[in-house]
Amino acid sequence: MNVMRLVFSGSGGQGVITAAIILAEAAVIYSGKNATQTQAYGAAARGGATRSDIILSDSAIYYPGVTEANVLITLTQDAYNEFASITRPGGLLLSDPRFVQTTRKADAKQLELPMYDQVMEKIGKPIVYNICTLGALIGITQILEPEAIMQVLEERIPQDFINLNMRAFDLGLVLGSQYQYRKFY
Amino acid sequence: MTEMIRFVQGNEACVEGALYAGLEFFAGYPITPSTEIAELLSGRLPTNGGKFIQMEDEIASMCAIIGASLTGHKVMTATSGPGFSLKQEAIGYACMAEIPCVIVNVQRGGPSTGNPTHVSQGDINQARWGTHGDHSIIALTASNHQDIFAMTVDAFNLAETYRTPVVLLLDEAVGHMREKLTIPAKDELQIIDRLRTSLGKDVDYHPYLPREDGRLPMSDFGGDHRYNVTGLYHDMWGFPSANPKVVNQLLRHLVDKIENNVHAITRYKEYYLEDAHYIMVSYGSSARSAIHLAEERRKRGERIGVLELQSIWPFPTEVVREKCAAARAVVVVEMNMGQVLAQVKSAVEHPERVFLANRIDGKLIAPHDIKKLLRVIQGKGV
Amino acid sequence: MAVTDYLRQRFFPHMWCPGCGHGTILNSLLRAVEELELSKNDIVMTSGIGCSARISGYVDFHSLHTLHGRALAFATGVKLSKPELTLLVPMGDGDALAIGGNHFIHAARRNIDITAIVMNNRIYGMTGGQFSPLSGPGVKATTAPYTTIDANFDVVKLAIAAGASFVARSTAYHARESTEILKKAIMHKGFSVVEILSQCPTHYGRKNKEGDAVAMLELHKTNTAKLGSKQLEENPNLVARGIFIQEERAEYCIEYGKIVEHAQRRNVK
Repeated sequence: MNVMRLVFSGSGGQGVITAAIILAEAAVIYSGKNATQTQAYGAAARGGATRSDIILSDSAIYYPGVTEANVLITLTQDAYNEFASITRPGGLLLSDPRFVQTTRKADAKQLELPMYDQVMEKIGKPIVYNICTLGALIGITQILEPEAIMQVLEERIPQDFINLNMRAFDLGLVLGSQYQYRKFY
Repeated sequence: MTEMIRFVQGNEACVEGALYAGLEFFAGYPITPSTEIAELLSGRLPTNGGKFIQMEDEIASMCAIIGASLTGHKVMTATSGPGFSLKQEAIGYACMAEIPCVIVNVQRGGPSTGNPTHVSQGDINQARWGTHGDHSIIALTASNHQDIFAMTVDAFNLAETYRTPVVLLLDEAVGHMREKLTIPAKDELQIIDRLRTSLGKDVDYHPYLPREDGRLPMSDFGGDHRYNVTGLYHDMWGFPSANPKVVNQLLRHLVDKIENNVHAITRYKEYYLEDAHYIMVSYGSSARSAIHLAEERRKRGERIGVLELQSIWPFPTEVVREKCAAARAVVVVEMNMGQVLAQVKSAVEHPERVFLANRIDGKLIAPHDIKKLLRVIQGKGV
Repeated sequence: MAVTDYLRQRFFPHMWCPGCGHGTILNSLLRAVEELELSKNDIVMTSGIGCSARISGYVDFHSLHTLHGRALAFATGVKLSKPELTLLVPMGDGDALAIGGNHFIHAARRNIDITAIVMNNRIYGMTGGQFSPLSGPGVKATTAPYTTIDANFDVVKLAIAAGASFVARSTAYHARESTEILKKAIMHKGFSVVEILSQCPTHYGRKNKEGDAVAMLELHKTNTAKLGSKQLEENPNLVARGIFIQEERAEYCIEYGKIVEHAQRRNVK
């Protein structure tokens, strides 16, 4: 990996920003990479469109914005409609059929994984949906070792909820591993 | 303590730098996009025996840190545009009474309430001239978290060295962005502590009589030397005076102690300047885009470089003039209507070769925003 | 120690007008400090802007002459950063209750251990006799040539409502009484407010036909009565003097000390 640019998008409260921070932190602290993470801020704490840009790199990162994404995750239809076009040709566009109806327009590898339904069926707690999505991303792309993410989860998540989050991460990882794709550079 | 790698927001890098420098007292009032600094310090300071207080308003926060500095503590407050405006009278007081303190301004779009959650660099001139009357001020800035940490430490060091308020001009983009920060081991960076008088308790102490080197040793409130501190022009005891000689001397001292030390205060970084035909002068988050563009264009063989200013006031006029002397064109990259541009134009020999690449819409200026202007300057078309 | 030892005589003569009540209040305050045998090194006097604020230059304490209205905000920084110091904050009408009104109520709300002395002469003296939030209606001032229509604050009621745990009132005429009240206020652990009615013959007395300083002092005597006195009972129009509230309540710096202990215990774990 030299430089990898990702955009996570969805709606406030889905945990999109948290997932972005966990990924970037895992890259910096446990994978020896540089990373930047930015997000669009608004006045509302819940609801509304959310977007977080992440850049992972082996060298210094200056401009932190993503204009052409190697990987785009969209967890709402609005986010999909607004951001699908920023995916690079050949890039990965991950979405969830529960919330997003894809069109054939994007010149990208579009993967629709039923992450939400899996979380509800196997765990029953929508709060860990974002972590399942992160697991799926790692499973598909293998951009970081799963252990790096798990270490961050252990540091950041309160004791009582670690098990729940680990299960969600694993669920996503298993799901994503069935659809490995690494040509997004 | 050995060095430690963290993944944090710029605001947190500032907090870590402040604690490393020895911050003991913080007073503040919540304001976007600086609030994380207050939130983090409310948890961290008491663990070191330090004090945090959320005051009733921005003005009170500035006043409280001045009071706490006088008892011998390293102090800081953090704010953004509207709050920075409110603090100006008290910042002037700290200039006049020569009280070390650090004011962080995480800039957002102005004027007025403006664009609270979006980036701007519109407070450059307010940092210089926000308070009334002639005075001088030190203002630093930084474009990445490692530098935010270092500049925060420097802000405290300069505040103590020159007995003056120091403004740290961050912006929303670096303040909220997360990236790697390596916290240096203890003693790795120099920490300058307060210069205190060595005079014994029965010796007449003159709080405002500079030593030969221009520095004024302090005495903590609660100590053996009782003296007056005032925002009025004052004599060597700190007692109010309108004597023209006293007034003249004091104002000159307040300005000279900083302007005569511009070399010692100046901080900057340079990227690919040695043979650059085109030089971008930038600072804060916009410098990231300038450096990004320079690296990209260098790969294509273009002779382009970046001068990143880390101290804005006193303006590093000589450094800018020297570094830009051989440039065919200078592009100032900033997120305002040309506040540093004006300084650069007056610093260089050929102001007609200085151009502005800016964004003022709340979005971080991007490399391609600068590239568009650069192509025109280079005669490569629109 | 003699009372004069608490003065910086180097800076005399003072700048107050002949007949001003502020000098008498300074006298009462210094006697309180002397009788309490406080060390000069332990006292910080913080003041704002105005005639009253110049008091801090004349006392041989650590003195901080600040901005208009902000004395309590500066004092809060001094006190919280070094709680062992004794904070005295004399203020005029504008300092305490106009431009500084917000700091006044919030210092009271925190119940931080500071003694606030409101030197109430119902006028802005230093700028030449404009009305203040303590003037009340029907007063002539340079900014009220047709008399004021503004109601005044009742300092005592305001301070109590805002949370001050010691609130008292006296006058420049009742100098001994002021000393006794100030002693209790300084010893009280919490935010103490002492309103002392002062006279400004130059700007208030002349315009409002209250006569010279002696006549104005006489009014302090005839227009006020002690709390609980028969006189006050019989004539409720008189202004009450005395201690209105004196309660032990959680003090800010002590409470913050507990936060520090708690945070450090948690940090060790």
